[in-house]
This record gives sequence, structure tokens and C-alpha cells, in this order.
Amino acid sequence: MLRIRNLEVGYGKLKVLKRISLHVAPGEIITIIGANGAGKTTLLHTIAGLLRASGGEVVLRDQNLREYPARKIVGLGVSLVPEGRQVFATMTVMENLQMGAYLPMRRDKNRVREQLAWIIELFPVLHERAGQLAGTLSGGEQQMLAMGRALMAQPALIMMDEPSTGLAPLIVKNIFKVIVKMREAGNTVLLVEQNAKAALHIADRGYVMETGHILAQGAAADLLANQDVQRAYLGRDVDAQT
Amino acid sequence: MQFCLCHGGLVFFMTPELFLQYLFAGVTYGLIYAIVAIGFNIIYNTTGIINFAQGEFVMLGGMTAISLHHYLPLPLAIAAAVAITMVIGALIEMVFIRWLHNPSILRMIIITIGLSILIREGALHIWGEGVRALPYFNGNEITSIVVLGVGVSPQVFWVLGVCGLMVAALYLFFKFVPLGLVMRACAANRVAATLCGVSTKNMVTFSFVLSAGIGAMAGCVVSPITYSQYDGGTNLAIKGFTVAILGGLGNSMAAVAAGLLLGIIEAFSISVVPLAFQDAIAIGILLIILFIRPHGLFGNRSAAMLKEF
Ligand SMILES: Nc1ncnc2c1ncn2[C@@H]1O[C@H](COP(=O)(O)OP(=O)(O)O)[C@@H](O)[C@H]1O
Ligand SMILES: [Mg+2]
Repeated sequence: MLRIRNLEVGYGKLKVLKRISLHVAPGEIITIIGANGAGKTTLLHTIAGLLRASGGEVVLRDQNLREYPARKIVGLGVSLVPEGRQVFATMTVMENLQMGAYLPMRRDKNRVREQLAWIIELFPVLHERAGQLAGTLSGGEQQMLAMGRALMAQPALIMMDEPSTGLAPLIVKNIFKVIVKMREAGNTVLLVEQNAKAALHIADRGYVMETGHILAQGAAADLLANQDVQRAYLGRDVDAQT
Repeated sequence: MQFCLCHGGLVFFMTPELFLQYLFAGVTYGLIYAIVAIGFNIIYNTTGIINFAQGEFVMLGGMTAISLHHYLPLPLAIAAAVAITMVIGALIEMVFIRWLHNPSILRMIIITIGLSILIREGALHIWGEGVRALPYFNGNEITSIVVLGVGVSPQVFWVLGVCGLMVAALYLFFKFVPLGLVMRACAANRVAATLCGVSTKNMVTFSFVLSAGIGAMAGCVVSPITYSQYDGGTNLAIKGFTVAILGGLGNSMAAVAAGLLLGIIEAFSISVVPLAFQDAIAIGILLIILFIRPHGLFGNRSAAMLKEF
């Protein structure tokens, strides 16, 4: 579904992504794990069109995403749940969801209504808080709203940038459950996480990123068993949880 | 019965008639200031830019309508003048603003001040220095409606009605119309709006069109009372900016309250200080606010971070 080859991205002179290659097949949950500053957000922003690559390919089905601006890429079926949620703080929960349906609203209103019903089934709290300003929601609720808003665009591929950051373990668990449900409903998921253990437990495959390179990749189960990965990324999780 | 106004240690006695006269004048000017301030806010919210050419939209609306009125009936002349000013607003954004990538605040200030000078000079060439005015919408300069014992020009009610309607319409627009919702989304979080598929550039253009439109409309209704002149926008921009800051930049409903406040203070000041000092009052208020409450009278610091129309 998504194929990235030799992708190079930087900010001015600073090269952040150094010839990255990866692929995502339809229906997969792929996770990208790596420490702070590895370039994970840069990668997602480049796929979403917020950043311009200086080299390499980003191909969705047979379309070269590098040719499209960010607002067109949503229409091609790729949605990003950005790092830090980025909800429309001064707007209500329902207005946020409406904004998510900005493009599909023009095509098929009934389909948008069905999608909204499904999202409310995934996140009943969004229905309870429909009239509340998004800025007044808790962190977990804002994360659910950001995911709901991205889903309103009816994406084929949904990318999530560290959805678990700053959330209580119980809420993280809930959110990861929803990610699995999203895949069951036919979405493909690209999940960037620092919470490597939880991410690898629900993912099919994973990539380990460090300072702009892909260090390791493989089936999620293999990465979980990998000694180097355990030492570098999973040990910390175990420490943090005890 | 007499009203007692205590002001700067002086005690003034004012007849109720005079009091009402000042009040009506204050509200009339205050609403115009509020409209200019809302124009500032609309553009500020979608772009972060203070458009110092905002007052020129008011001037252009009035002057264009006056010229068109030679050929067209009044309502048509006003409608056409508003439409022309909106097109000018769109052109300004497309020619001078759209292609800039992350311009600095200073650069934007210089560009919009430059634009306001450019428009003023253009207006001087087209219309000359003369003072003009649209005719009164009903009757003439001596027609008056008696309210609570004082005669008020019907034009004052036109200003009240039209500005009041514009404020209400804008409120409904941002609350219920999909396009208004999208503009608020751009104001709240531009990147997130882009990720929803919105062309934020088009929304910026539209915010210029909307600001130009309401400014021009205000310029038309107020023209019979205040007259129009090529450089009339400067003063309005200063007053409108004061009101926008007073209400808390970006907050349009507070701008209405702040506009009324400034208008009424100015009107009553005539009874205390010489007319020549009237404009100094706005500047004085602006400076004081900037020093002691930069987030505005009605806003609080954290709300000032959240842009809302
Ligand atoms: N806007 C920016 N300008 C310059 N450098 C940036 C910018 N954003 C990120 N970087 C740098 O790029 C590198 C990768 O950042 P990022 O993609 O955010 O990593 P991650 O999401 O994995 O934590 C970091 O070294 C960071 O300092
Ligand atoms: Mg990141």
C-alpha cells in the first residue's frame, strides 16, 4: 500500500532522514519505534506532505505522494494523528469531528454519518462530550478526539504519532485496543511509538529507527525477542512499569 | 433633573438631553470602531497578521459608493462599492501576502503599513483631497427622529442597525456556516486544518475578503455623518486597533464592547477637554492598555493564547 525508498529529508542543512526505506501492506499494523530525535515525526510529516523530501520515493498504491501538498494527501486516503493531539482547542468536540469530514462531506453525506456512528461506537466518550470545547478535554480524551477526527476523513492508511505519550496506562490500553479494532475494520495503521513494548504487541511488523536510519526491522514477535532491541528499547519500558 | 459626571476632579452638570446626544454619538462611532476592530480580528485570527490597511477598506467603501452613486441608485451603489472593496481585499492578499513563506511579524507590519500608504495615495489621485459624503439614507441632515426627548438623525439608526446586523451575522456565520467553521479551525490550528484537507491559503484570502466587505459596508453607512476623505482610514485604523487591543486581540464580541466603550468615552470627553484632544484619548488608552493589560480588558492571559473570533 505504501512504499518508501531511499527517503532523504532535512531541515535546511541538517539531514534528519538518511535514505530510509520501508513498506506497509494493506491491513497491516506497522510500528516504528525509536528514541527521541530519531526522526520518526519527520518521517510521518514527510508522508503527510507537511515536509518536502530532498530525495527518494514515497508511493501510495501507484501515486507519488511527493507531488502532492498536504491537503491533497488526506484526500488520497492518508490521515495523520499528529504528535501532541493538535485538536482545535476553541471548537467543540462535534465541530472537531466535522472538520475531520471536511473532504468526504462533499462526496457522500450518508457515508459521513455512518462513519461518525462508528467513531462514536469506538469512543463513546466523544458522544458524551459532543458540545464541550476540545481544549477542556483531558489528555486521553483529546487523543481519542484526534484519532476520531482523523478517522472521519475515511483514511485507508492512518498514521499515529506517539498516541500514548503522557497518558495513564489504563487509557493507553484502551487506545491500543481501538487501534486493533481499526485494523479489523479494514484500516491500515502506521504507528509511531516510544512505548515500544505495547506497540510491538499489537503490531504485525516493526521498524527500529535511530538517528535517521532504520536499524532493525522484522516481524513484531521477532523484534520483541531480539536481544539488542530488548536492551535498547524494551528494558526501559520494563523499568518504567515497575 | 441633572446628571452629575465626575471627571478628573471636575464636576459637570449635564441635561438629560445633552447626555443622550453624547450617548448616541458615542454608540455610533463606537460601532464603527468595533467593525474596524472585527476586521482586524478576522485577519489576525486566520493569519496572525495585523492588517494596518484595515481602515483603508472603510475609506474605499465610502469613496467608491459616493462615486458610483452618480450613476447608480444608492442601494446598488453601496452593494457595488462593497463588492469592489472585497475584490480589492482579495487582490491585496493574493499579490502581497499569499506567496510569503513564514514572514516575520515585522515584515508583515511593514507590508501592511506600506499597503495602507499605497491605497491612500491611490485614493488621493483618483478622488483628490476633497471631503465627500453619501446622501442621508432617509431624509437629510436636518431630519431627526425624537427619542426620549432628543432629536436623533435617522442615519444614526442606520449605523446602529447595519453594524448590529453585521455583528450578528458574523456570529452566526462563524458558529453555523461550514465555511465559518473552517475559518475558525484555521485560526485554532493551521497545521491540523491542513491535515483535514483545508486549503489554509484560500481561507486567508477569504478572511481578507470578509474584512474588506464589512469595513466597506461600515464606510458606507457612516459616510453621511462623518464624511469620507482619501485619508479617513488612518484615524479609523488607530481607533479600531485600540479597540481590538482593548477587547483582547482576536476576540470579536469583546471588540464590540470595547468599541462602544471608546466611542462613548470620546463623545463625553468633548464636555471635558477641547475637541482637538479627542484623538489623543484613544492613543492614551492604547498605551495604557499595552503597558498594564496587553491581553485586553476582557481577556485573560491564557485565553489570549486561544484565537477565537
Ligand atoms: N522544525 C525543525 N527544525 C529543525 N530541526 C528539527 C525540526 N524538527 C525536528 N528537528 C530535528 O530533527 C531530528 C528528528 O526530530 P523528530 O523527527 O521530531 O524525531 P522524533 O519524532 O523521532 O522524536 C531531531 O534532531 C530534531 O532536533
Ligand atoms: Mg516525534
